[in-house]
Amino acid sequence: MTTRDIVFAAVGAITALSALLSVTTKHVVHSALWLLVSLGTLAGCYLVLGQELVGLVQLLVYVGAIVVLVLFALMLTRAPIGPHAEIDTPAWQRVVGAVLGAATTVLLAALLLPLFSGVTVDLDGGAPGGTPAIAQAVFGTWVWPFELLSVLLLVALIGAFAVSRLVLRREDESSAARSEVRP
Amino acid sequence: MSPWLEAVVRAVAVLAAFLSLPLLVGQTEHKVMAHMQGRLGPMYAGGFHGWAQLVADGVKFVQKEDVVPARADRGVFRLAPAVALIPYLVALSVIPLSPTVVGATLDASVVLVLAVIGVGIIGTLMAGWASANKYSLLGGMRAAAQLVSYELPMVLAVASVALAAGTLSIVGIAEAWSPWWLLWQAPGAFVFLVAALAELQRPPFDMPVADSEIVFGPYTEYSGLRFAFFLLAEYAGIVVMSLLFAVLFLGGWAGPFESWLGWLWTLLKGFAVAVVMIWMRVSWPRMREDQLQRLAWVWLVPIALLQLALTAVGVVMTS
Repeated sequence: MTTRDIVFAAVGAITALSALLSVTTKHVVHSALWLLVSLGTLAGCYLVLGQELVGLVQLLVYVGAIVVLVLFALMLTRAPIGPHAEIDTPAWQRVVGAVLGAATTVLLAALLLPLFSGVTVDLDGGAPGGTPAIAQAVFGTWVWPFELLSVLLLVALIGAFAVSRLVLRREDESSAARSEVRP
Repeated sequence: MSPWLEAVVRAVAVLAAFLSLPLLVGQTEHKVMAHMQGRLGPMYAGGFHGWAQLVADGVKFVQKEDVVPARADRGVFRLAPAVALIPYLVALSVIPLSPTVVGATLDASVVLVLAVIGVGIIGTLMAGWASANKYSLLGGMRAAAQLVSYELPMVLAVASVALAAGTLSIVGIAEAWSPWWLLWQAPGAFVFLVAALAELQRPPFDMPVADSEIVFGPYTEYSGLRFAFFLLAEYAGIVVMSLLFAVLFLGGWAGPFESWLGWLWTLLKGFAVAVVMIWMRVSWPRMREDQLQRLAWVWLVPIALLQLALTAVGVVMTS
């Protein structure tokens, strides 16, 4: 056991525990906050494994942007303080959710563990890769998938924009029609 | 020196800077605001020009009762000031005053600063939601909308200087800086300064804490030391943003005798930027929410994208 092993085990345990809390807590906003802890400590896992850039981007994108958006969306609803019967799921749904989650975990573990069980990487002699290697991989080997993904996201963005615009215009027209009828 | 001892010394030095520089900015704000608006401000505490006013404020905050509203979510409510404050401490630890005077060196330090500044907003959101107060909730929502909008132009402006220097390390960017950048990176610098003001929720971007509409936004229910922590987070934010601006866009320690006076140049440049931020506070009225969003999406994002293209062209032409 090296220091790195101990730190990795501790950070990993916090990640798993907060992920579990995030799906089991009965407070909606607490769930989002535990998700935040889980995603943040996952960034810590990457840092311990020597992948500085991946960890920091995880922090920037997931903690700094996505969870903020989740919290913002929750604030637009009537997210109550404390547990609330109205938004509680029935027991059978919880059981099915637990079974599905466990099944996915077992499936992934059965697939990934044999694949990487014998592989060892020496992290103390400088992490393999690092920032320049990731840049070369993303903009060299994987440049086409990367660009395709960004085009896909752009299309989704324009689509969302168009949908919101079209709906707004239709509502305007219908409200205009209604106001014409009224007098 | 053993590595552990060195780490402790560096951590203590960063903590000392974190506790002293925001107070210096706060005192400057008192005095600069008073002079710019032609009013006295607090003049009695301590004798000479009221120098001890901040100490008196601190004593007052410590003495006040720590109130938690009855319907609030206690745990989240109590934790929020720490979540707002600590990211700035982490950010300050990687901002260099000179190549040697820096808390911790890191390959992708500029990404770290942007990432932890994004985490700081979570504290405001937690405060806004957990207070169980409608004003707080509205303020929290305004803060979230504002920060999500202004984070994008800020990241793009920083990406521009990182591209120009060819590195993500703050020390590397400052070392690649040359006086030409003042012209070449000027649009990016403008975008960064405006976005930094908006991220700090300073006037004219203080819609989330607009006192005439929503009392004090997310911080309405806070009192005593917890409120003081939010204030400290704001001033620590000014320090972090000013130093970052000085290092990324003004060359940091570049100046006469930079080998042994470099840290002083960085501090002076950062201080000048902080005074500009105070200056903006006293000279502009508050912007409306829709004006805020329009400024970010219609002006800052396109300017930042143009700057990025300009930088790319410059880098390709000169390489």
